[in-house]
Amino acid sequence: MSGLFVHTWWMSHRRLKALLRNPGLVVMTLVQPAIWLFLFGGLFRKVAELPGFGAASYVDYLVPGVVVMSAVSSNMWSGMGVIDEIERGTLNRFLVSPVSRSAILNAGVIEQAVSTAVQSLIIILLGRLAGASYPGGVLGVVVLVVASILLGAIFSALSSTMGLLVRQRDTIIGLSVFLLLPLTFLSSAFMAKSLMPSWIQNVAAFNPLNWSLDTARGALAADPDWQAVAVHGGWLLGLAALMIWLSTSSFRSYQKSI
Amino acid sequence: MQTTAMNAVEADSLVKTYPGGVKALDGLSITVRPGEVFGLLGPNGAGKSTTIKILTTLARPDSGTATIAGHAVLSRPDRVRRVIGVVSQRSGADPMASGRDNLVLQARLYGMRGAELARRVAELLDRFDLGDAAGRQVRTYSGGMQRRLDVALGLVHRPRVLFLDEPTTGLDPEARAAMWEEIARLAGDDSLAILLTTHYLDEADRLAGRLAIVDGGRVVAEGTPEGLKAELRGDAVHLELREAPDEQRVRSLIGALPGVREIVFDGRRLSARADDGAAAVPIAIAALDQAGVPVAAVTVARPSLDDVYLRHAGRRFAQTDEPVAAGVGGAR
Repeated sequence: MSGLFVHTWWMSHRRLKALLRNPGLVVMTLVQPAIWLFLFGGLFRKVAELPGFGAASYVDYLVPGVVVMSAVSSNMWSGMGVIDEIERGTLNRFLVSPVSRSAILNAGVIEQAVSTAVQSLIIILLGRLAGASYPGGVLGVVVLVVASILLGAIFSALSSTMGLLVRQRDTIIGLSVFLLLPLTFLSSAFMAKSLMPSWIQNVAAFNPLNWSLDTARGALAADPDWQAVAVHGGWLLGLAALMIWLSTSSFRSYQKSI
Repeated sequence: MQTTAMNAVEADSLVKTYPGGVKALDGLSITVRPGEVFGLLGPNGAGKSTTIKILTTLARPDSGTATIAGHAVLSRPDRVRRVIGVVSQRSGADPMASGRDNLVLQARLYGMRGAELARRVAELLDRFDLGDAAGRQVRTYSGGMQRRLDVALGLVHRPRVLFLDEPTTGLDPEARAAMWEEIARLAGDDSLAILLTTHYLDEADRLAGRLAIVDGGRVVAEGTPEGLKAELRGDAVHLELREAPDEQRVRSLIGALPGVREIVFDGRRLSARADDGAAAVPIAIAALDQAGVPVAAVTVARPSLDDVYLRHAGRRFAQTDEPVAAGVGGAR
């Protein structure tokens, strides 16, 4: 057990150090969110004045949408890293060492959680610069960050599974191209639920990106709706657990394929 | 069980078939003694890499057993992993991390820490001449430097058995010579057994104390390079004919000459073994000429590993290698 803990620590350390070594990449990944917040948010400012929209300002409404969309967007690339490590032989180098197999997987989840948390916090600060306020306070912000981590875990696990099983970069790119925008537009990321066409409302009910928004907005409101947070957060947690289990079993099938 | 505990590697009747029906191993057995350098020689696709993958706990055989320093590969992979060092064909070093970071992480995964870890890492950086580049990202290293780092990574925990899978493939001649020197230096360490795979005849000849020639997933010949060559009594005589010969006719012609045997055809080339090559050549040429089979070129040579390979696998080494080397196939 202590071996697992120590190995998880050092394997995560390796991945987080790689993140730190590349601060330029972090800046790059923040360009898109900034465009959504400042340009899109500015352009559609008057949306909030629509009757029944129900938010004080559009940028207030937009921040959680941009946070969760960015979480999906950056985590969808996990599979690329997996393919790189397989092709370079790095994964096999770890597999012939005494490192705990679980530690290899844990390190991936931890890196994903830490990088998603940092990215989300930066976007929340950028939102502040764009004039957003967070009536739910620190607790609301924490829930938003946790929801984006869980959502990120779902798509990171999906992407890693693809990487392990298919081992083709095109598949990962395709995943990102085909999923990101549809998932975003079929949710309440940019438009209040009550004003969406009813078919989109129906689809959104099954969209994990929308679950994360319901969770976050429930907690960020001036009068938090903790029941909505619990229900939608529960769905997110369940799906994240399922997807991580799936990527774990695809890791086993990779080991069998060597 | 006593002998098992003494040998560095024992593989018995390994069989492995990959999905799609590719039979990578077909009953391969080898024994590596402690402290020796054992070469697995064969063309790409012969089963060398699959053998390494099974012995290093990466892959499981369909049948057969193996032990490393007495530990069963199938039932105790955890113990095996502690006593092996692996330098695989693909580097495995993290290109975004520095050479030192790679070594430090590797040492930590084997449970080293503190002053012991620092000392070991410094020692390896120094020994593999990576001290100046230790802080640089590995992606900036030359091919030779990367390979030296790979070997250092494989040695961090002082393994009993070191696996070197095609250690010089892709290196320029200078880096290759340096790697040979390094392997020769490692061979001097009596507590370390080395299992080396290669598809270079000269590499096996020079580095391996004993070697096994692998073909079609099984060992076709085994012994010391000297012993294997000595088994082929006499000189190798190679004749290149102007046109593809009537094999049966030429065989009976040459076979009738005194001291000539083991005639093998390979297209327009004909190889045979002769007690005294220099004496046999003029007689053979005269006989062929008379029969209307003109000879284009002749070579007489002391036996080489290529001849050993030809004898046991039934074809020339260089030819078996080419189509695969040019293809896209990955490591098997």
